[in-house]
Amino acid sequence: MTRDEIKDVILEIIEDIDEEADFANLDAEAPLRDQLDLDSMDFLDIVMELRKRYKLQIPEEEYPQLASLASCVNYLEPKLKDV
Amino acid sequence: MRRPEKMIPSVDNQRIVITGVGLTAPGAANLTDFRANLLAGISGVTTIDLRYMGTHPAGICTFAETRYRKKRENSRGTRAGCIGVYCANEALNDAAIDFSEYDRAATGVYIGLTEHGTVETENEVYNIGQYHNDVNYWTHHHNPRTVLNNPAGEITMNLGITGPHYAIGAACAAGNAALIQGVQMLRLGEVELALCGGISECVGSFGIFASFRSQGALAEHPDPTRASRPFDRDRNGIVISEGGCVFTLERLDRALAREAKIYGEITGYAINSDAKDFVLPYGPRQRQCMEQALRRADLRPSDITIVNTHATGTKQGDIEECNAIRDTFADCPQTRINNTKSSIGHAMGAAGVLELAGNLPSFTDHLVHPTINLEHLDPECALPGLVAGSPQQLERVDAILNNSFGMLGINSVVIVERFVAK
Repeated sequence: MTRDEIKDVILEIIEDIDEEADFANLDAEAPLRDQLDLDSMDFLDIVMELRKRYKLQIPEEEYPQLASLASCVNYLEPKLKDV
Repeated sequence: MRRPEKMIPSVDNQRIVITGVGLTAPGAANLTDFRANLLAGISGVTTIDLRYMGTHPAGICTFAETRYRKKRENSRGTRAGCIGVYCANEALNDAAIDFSEYDRAATGVYIGLTEHGTVETENEVYNIGQYHNDVNYWTHHHNPRTVLNNPAGEITMNLGITGPHYAIGAACAAGNAALIQGVQMLRLGEVELALCGGISECVGSFGIFASFRSQGALAEHPDPTRASRPFDRDRNGIVISEGGCVFTLERLDRALAREAKIYGEITGYAINSDAKDFVLPYGPRQRQCMEQALRRADLRPSDITIVNTHATGTKQGDIEECNAIRDTFADCPQTRINNTKSSIGHAMGAAGVLELAGNLPSFTDHLVHPTINLEHLDPECALPGLVAGSPQQLERVDAILNNSFGMLGINSVVIVERFVAK
């Protein structure tokens, strides 16, 4: 997957969680939770969806790497390169 | 007759009244439509196509699921929570309570449940089955969805209620039991306002259908609207339904002070246990339960205008209750008897309160809604005052006695009287 495709997947998963999520002014470098109405359970939903879709097992200590959209893409790019 | 245990308090802060009703039942999402269906003899039962089970008669609720909270919160929570949030909001609106007159910290939420968590657990077991039973795919939402206080807790989160909330587990007597809990907490002064009722989401569970079928107690009929047929010779079991009903209960003095609409006054109640069998009901104990409720209300059996039966459409259950009613109301030619499950199926934890709600309008329209689907009356269920087929007009309705019984031998009776200022 390309970086853009990964970004779209993340946004799509967030939209599934909250159909009212507004991405218009989303800062890719800033934490998602500060900008969107997401809490810890929503965050776990994102992790679970990645597991279901791509069989990705993300260790808990690496969760912080999913904090912003940009860090998500950086973290997932090597893991999803063959998808 | 012996009339000890007079419990009716005469002081207005100990008299408890119903001031709001919010409900969703098969075929109706408010009391007006529900009552209209019951009077017209319209069944709300349809069918459900369930995992592993195929198609069966069932009562499904259609209501405005996103009127009081977002789709997102509905997907995070449970069906029971969704039903509860709808019913609680509807009840508060109906009662015209906006928390300017009541403190959210002094409001209690008491929700009766037959069971909870079965649907969510079955769904997760199925879900991980799609992933070779790898428990890494088990949802983190499982525990908050399946704790027993889930539906009541979802109501408090939605409404910002910070008083006590919990579930009353009492099998299919749970709706009545929650109502009784609310009355007790108000009389004790623990809360100022009680949201009480019952909820069932059990149509989502194949296991509940399968268990009733294994027990030989799951209703079947080519026409689902005719499947729920208590007292009929050809009845063959229970129609499983989902649903919910929440009442606002207040102390009379507070209700009068804010000029609230009053549906009726809860004057008597009782809960007892058969102490006999896991599933079989026991008429003599049901009779004792009705008699205790009557004593507490300081009423004679002949003072009861309507007995709303629990009868679910099982062979033995209907007969046991009819025997208990026949004995209790032996000399009461004016007492009418009806059954609401014939129209909506068995809404389990919601059954007692939904069925009571469906009869409350009798105090003002003076009609007794009929039992439907009664084509060939079982002689063992022949009760003198049974209202069947079409509604019966009375001059006045003074008191409704509502029966609700459940597995493990739990019996509950609630008596509601037409409100009269004393």
